[in-house]
Amino acid sequence: MAETTKAETTQFEPKIIAFLCNWCTYTGADLAGTSRLQYPPNIRIIRLMCSGAVDPMYVLRATLGGADGVLIGGCHPGDCHYQEGNYKARRRVIALKEILKSAGFDEERIWLRWISASEGARFAETVREMTEAMRAKGPNPMKQAWAV
Amino acid sequence: MKISLSVENRNPLATLQNFLKSFLERQIVDVLLTPMRTPSNSVTPALVSDPALLNRADPLAPVLPVNAATWAGKISLRQPRPKAAAVLRPCEARALVELTKMAQASLDDLLVIALDCAGTYTPATFLHKQMQNDHPLWVDLYAAVCQKPESPNLELRPACQICEQPVFESAPIRLCLFESDLERTLIVEVRDEIAQKLNLTGEATNGRSPEIEAFIAARTQARDRAFAEIRARLEGEEGIAGVFAACIRCHNCMTVCPICYCKTCVFRSHVFDHDPMKYVQWARQKGAQRMPPDTMLFHLTRQNHMALSCVGCGMCTDACPSELPVGLVFRAVAQRLQHTFDYLPGRKVEEPLPLITFRADEWTEVGE
Repeated sequence: MAETTKAETTQFEPKIIAFLCNWCTYTGADLAGTSRLQYPPNIRIIRLMCSGAVDPMYVLRATLGGADGVLIGGCHPGDCHYQEGNYKARRRVIALKEILKSAGFDEERIWLRWISASEGARFAETVREMTEAMRAKGPNPMKQAWAV
Repeated sequence: MKISLSVENRNPLATLQNFLKSFLERQIVDVLLTPMRTPSNSVTPALVSDPALLNRADPLAPVLPVNAATWAGKISLRQPRPKAAAVLRPCEARALVELTKMAQASLDDLLVIALDCAGTYTPATFLHKQMQNDHPLWVDLYAAVCQKPESPNLELRPACQICEQPVFESAPIRLCLFESDLERTLIVEVRDEIAQKLNLTGEATNGRSPEIEAFIAARTQARDRAFAEIRARLEGEEGIAGVFAACIRCHNCMTVCPICYCKTCVFRSHVFDHDPMKYVQWARQKGAQRMPPDTMLFHLTRQNHMALSCVGCGMCTDACPSELPVGLVFRAVAQRLQHTFDYLPGRKVEEPLPLITFRADEWTEVGE
C-alpha cells in the first residue's frame, strides 16, 4: 500500500501557474533560459506588467481550477518599475492567503517571490524548490471538485 | 456634552421625534434620513424634508430592513448636495465610514445621529411580533440590556445576536439609549457646537456604564462561540465549499451588502460570459461542472473585495434564500484578516483602507 502511494507520488507531476512581472522575474526567467539553466517544466508562465497587477481573482481561478501551485514573482522591495506595485502585491497576497486559510484551503500552495532580472539562477532554483514542495503535497484536491 | 431630555407619558419616541424635528426647524440641516413608519405601519428609511412628518419617525423600532449607509452615501456624495442628518444604527454608521473611505459617501455635509442598538429583528419577525404585542417592541429589548445583559435573545437577527459593537461612540450626535431610563429621560450626547445651535445645555461626557460593558461582554462570548462553530466547519471536512453548497448564486448577499458598492460587479460583467466550449472544457477537466459555475470563486473573491471592511451588519444572511450563514462566515474570516492588518472597519475615517496603502518595512520576510 505504501509502495503504491509512493509510485503515485513519483508519477504525479504538479502543474504550477506563475504570474511574473515583466521587469524583474519574467526577465529573470528569460535569463535562466539564455543561460541554459535547467529547471522543471512544471511551470506555466503568464507575463504581467507588475506583480501589483495580479488580481487575486486570477490566483483564485487557478487554485479553484485545480492548479497545484501558484507562483507570483515580482521585483525586490524598493525596485518596482512602478515604485510601489510590489508593496501592494505583498499586502494583497497576505490578505488572499489569510482568506484561503480561513476558508479551509492549503494557502501554502501560493508563493510570492522577489526575483530580479539578474537572478536567473534564483528563478531556476525557485521553480525546482516549488515543484518539489507541490509534488510532496500531492495533487490539489480542487482537481476533482466539480461542485464548486 | 450629555443632555437629558425629559420624557412625558412614558413615551420616549415623542421626545425623540421632537429632538429630530428641531434639526429641521432650526435649519441645522435641510433633510433628515431616518427610519419612518409607512402608512401600512412597516418601517423603512426615508429622507424627510417636512418636520411635521417626523411624527412618523421611529428610530426605536427594532428592525433593519436595509443598511441605510448606502442611502446616506447617495445623498452626500456629489455636489450640489443638501446639508443632511442621518439616524443610523452602529453597523450602519460603521458602513458609512467605510463608504466614505471608498469615496462612495461624504461626511462633509452629513451629520450622523447614531443610536445605541440593542438588536433588531428581520422585517418578517418584526411585523409578526408587532401584531402579537400591545406595547412597543423596543421596551423589552432595552430593559433586557440593563436588567439581564447576559441572556441572549434568540429571536434577533443572527448578526445582532453576535454583535459586540452596539454603540457608535465617534458620532457627532449619539442617542444614548442604554444609559437612558427611557420612561423618564432620553439622554443624548451632542457635540458642543451643535448643542449650541439646538439651544441645549448639559453635562460633560462620562464613560460607559457597567451594564453596557456586561452586555458587550455577553455578546462577545456569543460571537466567539459562533466563530468557533463556523471555523470548525470551514477548516474541517466540509470546507467553505460544503458550507456554501446550497448557494444558488442569486447574488442577493452582494446586492444588499453596504460595502459592495461597485456599479458593475465583475461577476455580472462579460468576464463571466463564457463561450459554450469553456463550460465543456471545465466539465471535461473535472468530469462534471456545477451549473451555475464559479460559486466558490464568487464567495472568495467577494471576501477578498470586502472582508476587510465588513462591519458585520448581517444583511447578507437575511437576504440569503438558502439560509446560509453568509455573514457569519464573512465575519469569521474578516476577524483574522482585520487582525492581520490591525484594522477595524468603521473605527476612524482617517484610517486608510489596508489594501490601498503599505509600509516598506513590513512583512520583510515575505518573498525572500
